[in-house]
Amino acid sequence: MSNYDRSMALTGQPPKTLSRNQKIATLIGFFGLAIVLLAAFNINFTNKGLWLSISLVSITTGTIWFAWDAYSNKEPGIKNDGVWFKSISSKGFWGWIAGIALTSFYIILYFYPEYLGLVAKGDNKGVIGLFDPLSRLLSGNPASQWFVYGTFYTVAILAFGIKFIWKYRHNRYERIRTISVIFFQTGFAFIIPELMARLNGSSVLNGGSLPYYDLKNMWPLNYYNFEGYRIKGFLSSGDIGFVLLIFGVATIFIISPILTYKYGKRWYCSWVCGCGGLAETAGDSFRQLSDKTVKAWKIERWVVHSVVVFVTLMTTAVIYSYLGTDTSKYWLTKSTFLISVAVLLTVIFAWVMLFKREQFQKDAKYGAIGYMVIILALIGTHFLSGDGNVFLFKSETLRKSYSFLIGSIFSGVIGTGFYPIFGNRVWCRFGCPMAAILGFQQRLFSKFRITTNGGQCISCGNCSTYCEMGIDVRAYAQKGENIVRSSCVGCGICSAVCPRGVLKLENGPLKGRIDSNQVLLGNDVDLMSLVNQK
Amino acid sequence: MENIVIIGNGIAGVSAARHIRKLSDKRIIIVSAETDYFFSRTALMYVYMGHMKFDHIQPYENWFWEKNRIELVRAYVNTVDTEHKQLLLDGSKILKYDKLIIATGSKPNKFGWPGQDLHGVQGLYSKQDLDLLEVNAPNKEVCKRAVIVGGGLIGIELAEMLRSRDIPVTFLVRERSFWDGVLPKGESQLINEHIKEHHIDLRLSTNLKEIKADQNGKVKSIIIEETGEELACDMVGLTAGVTPNIDFLKDSGIELGKGIKVNRFLETSAKDVYAIGDCAEQHEAIGNRRPIEAVWYTGRMMGETVAQTICGNKLEYKPGHWFNSAKFLDIEYQTYGWVFSSRGKQDYEEQFHWRHPSEKICITVSFHKETNLFLGINTFGIRMRHEIFDRWLTKGRDIDYVMEHLADANFDPEFYKQYEKEIVLKFNSDFSKSIQTKKKSLKRIFQFN
Repeated sequence: MSNYDRSMALTGQPPKTLSRNQKIATLIGFFGLAIVLLAAFNINFTNKGLWLSISLVSITTGTIWFAWDAYSNKEPGIKNDGVWFKSISSKGFWGWIAGIALTSFYIILYFYPEYLGLVAKGDNKGVIGLFDPLSRLLSGNPASQWFVYGTFYTVAILAFGIKFIWKYRHNRYERIRTISVIFFQTGFAFIIPELMARLNGSSVLNGGSLPYYDLKNMWPLNYYNFEGYRIKGFLSSGDIGFVLLIFGVATIFIISPILTYKYGKRWYCSWVCGCGGLAETAGDSFRQLSDKTVKAWKIERWVVHSVVVFVTLMTTAVIYSYLGTDTSKYWLTKSTFLISVAVLLTVIFAWVMLFKREQFQKDAKYGAIGYMVIILALIGTHFLSGDGNVFLFKSETLRKSYSFLIGSIFSGVIGTGFYPIFGNRVWCRFGCPMAAILGFQQRLFSKFRITTNGGQCISCGNCSTYCEMGIDVRAYAQKGENIVRSSCVGCGICSAVCPRGVLKLENGPLKGRIDSNQVLLGNDVDLMSLVNQK
Repeated sequence: MENIVIIGNGIAGVSAARHIRKLSDKRIIIVSAETDYFFSRTALMYVYMGHMKFDHIQPYENWFWEKNRIELVRAYVNTVDTEHKQLLLDGSKILKYDKLIIATGSKPNKFGWPGQDLHGVQGLYSKQDLDLLEVNAPNKEVCKRAVIVGGGLIGIELAEMLRSRDIPVTFLVRERSFWDGVLPKGESQLINEHIKEHHIDLRLSTNLKEIKADQNGKVKSIIIEETGEELACDMVGLTAGVTPNIDFLKDSGIELGKGIKVNRFLETSAKDVYAIGDCAEQHEAIGNRRPIEAVWYTGRMMGETVAQTICGNKLEYKPGHWFNSAKFLDIEYQTYGWVFSSRGKQDYEEQFHWRHPSEKICITVSFHKETNLFLGINTFGIRMRHEIFDRWLTKGRDIDYVMEHLADANFDPEFYKQYEKEIVLKFNSDFSKSIQTKKKSLKRIFQFN
């Protein structure tokens, strides 16, 4: 009988019921949101600092209390009872309402910040005005829509992070990982950049001023890191600025490959990254909504790698646009830059095709060849045509369309706004170029894998259902095969929800990492070797 | 082209079909009366609990079958005519076969309790049972109390399911301690405690006398044998084990015992008819195994084996080292090799038991009294690496070696607290030894030298 109660009521029979405490907690949380909403309608609070504090504390308390009541009186263990009965977490009525609300918020945030009360000249009003006192406290400047967003973002990761820790309190991997995510968000993404802004103009920076820099946010996720104004900012800020610029280059070319080799891309995607942080905490209730079909996987591969190509082209064009042509002034000129990009890409491509060819799916191979041809053709065209544009486009057009399409629409509006519809990792899975690059390394050159425990899998499907990246984990586990997928962010939930202890995230030797045993352990040894002969 | 017909689309039948397809181009037809597509039976509980939808417990997408040319027929097999090599479907249609694989699984045991066929009384095995449970126990208003009869794996799963909807559960267990026919004493005791932690009214050494009906023929209450106590309830779950589902074969001429009698090649007494999975009964038990093994893994392994035979490589069913797993509410259980319960304990068997002072974690290791040969391990709340124990059992490691290298076998997620030191400390004091634990070594685990 699959006609479960589909009523729109928030409460219902257990496990859907809300307890009295949870109702009060919801009320408190919504009270905090109501203050923000009132501010949005330009209700002028006299003591903004006080009301802002009340609002943020209410939201946090409401969330934490709600979670406490949900988990504290239960034994430690997996807490997925009723996930598919609750409309918020099963694409029901409240799921859609939440999706629409979040999406609208992102549209206003990115494209109409004036509705949040942003005033270019003069004092902020509305919501942004409400956040001015906190912003002045941290950086000394008035708030912007990004400060408001950053604050909410941090509060969400903190409050829902605590919820997550309670939910998985029996699982030490999840606890430590979540503490890490909270730490990097509050410290690196929120507080440090604000404090760094205080240094601007000071003698430490030789009077220069640093661009807003979340140190853990590396290119290409931070697609604007090498834009002209930021480079100027870095270079104007003395040694510190120079070190930061070098650090920015090193993160993607040195630090991340080493860490990804040792631990898989999880070191970033589910331990450090802010997007991942929000997905793992506030988005945890929606992880089961990701699409696990083979079709979705195909779309994922094409879309995410197209974004990588797009961001590579865009960044190359942008850097190209501000470089000079005179070698005597600066060693890096337009031409040397383009040639080095071409050489770097060719080397990577050649290495993969020579040594890792057999680990590729057919379409991935075609895709790689296709993209390579496009990029080299564009670089070639540039040298042949020799006009002011690069790659036939104005670099500014490329930059603007990337920032609009990928930076705003994809990562924000769709990526987070659609949590309750497509799951919590839509952006990470289909859009994030950083995840794609780290994933490429993870698949081909990393010690990380999810080990399948011999023949213990019972094909129940918990792992696949709760994989936020839409990996059909069970498809591998039931064959006794390790899971080595470029998209795996190593959140560890498949392992946690497995009722039979089949999955373990671990770093081990490269040899034998990708194995495929069609006949599973526990069977007759002769049969195993017989069937595994290929 | 040869016509292979498989009755039953559970793990045994589907494993056979998949492997026959890998090895050959034969025509494959799977007949099932239960569902259109294969699903994971062991996962039915999660659908009721709302962890997954029914779609999620189907391991293959629906296009898989057509793509692999496995034909699916939704029909009930009335009779098998081994002389003309044909089946009667739904009382009307005839289906011819060249080779027949019977993989019809089990059905819940009923021991002739008065009232066992009333409305509101059910087992938990099939998709239909799950649907029925949504009728009998949709919530705690309709089902004010449920009584579960039979303390095995399905019983405790059913209890967990009902508790997820806050339905009060009374759990009648015939044995003196939960599942103590299989589990050693300490472990059984740990699960008793855990059941009570989940607010399940566990009644040990308690039998069902009868189930009483109201005026509509629906269950009203049950009577307990020992005390005569009457317990009002709206639903009774019969979970006292399962028995092969073979009634339709009564007149087929195929040799039947409790299940379908098969030899080591999984052949039945009829030519070109094979039986695998829960419904198959070995003439003679293999090693310590039971003649009938209603276990997921057994169904899968038999399916893989029979596929070889059918595709021309006649192969004996030779299961490897015994392993199994389950989850009791929040506690995971794994076993490798043989660890017997206090009742079934062998003369040569020595057991070592360790239990965490406060957490619900314990292990029992079994070894040979004289030779010290490692025989098996049960773990509760600690995951172990299948490959390592399989290797140790094959190589005939002794107990001292196992204790020394226990860290290699740990399969818990990273950062979990490990207990090898405590375990070995107790082992040393129990058996006056002085074994030092070795650190986990990737080199040993993955065997790269």
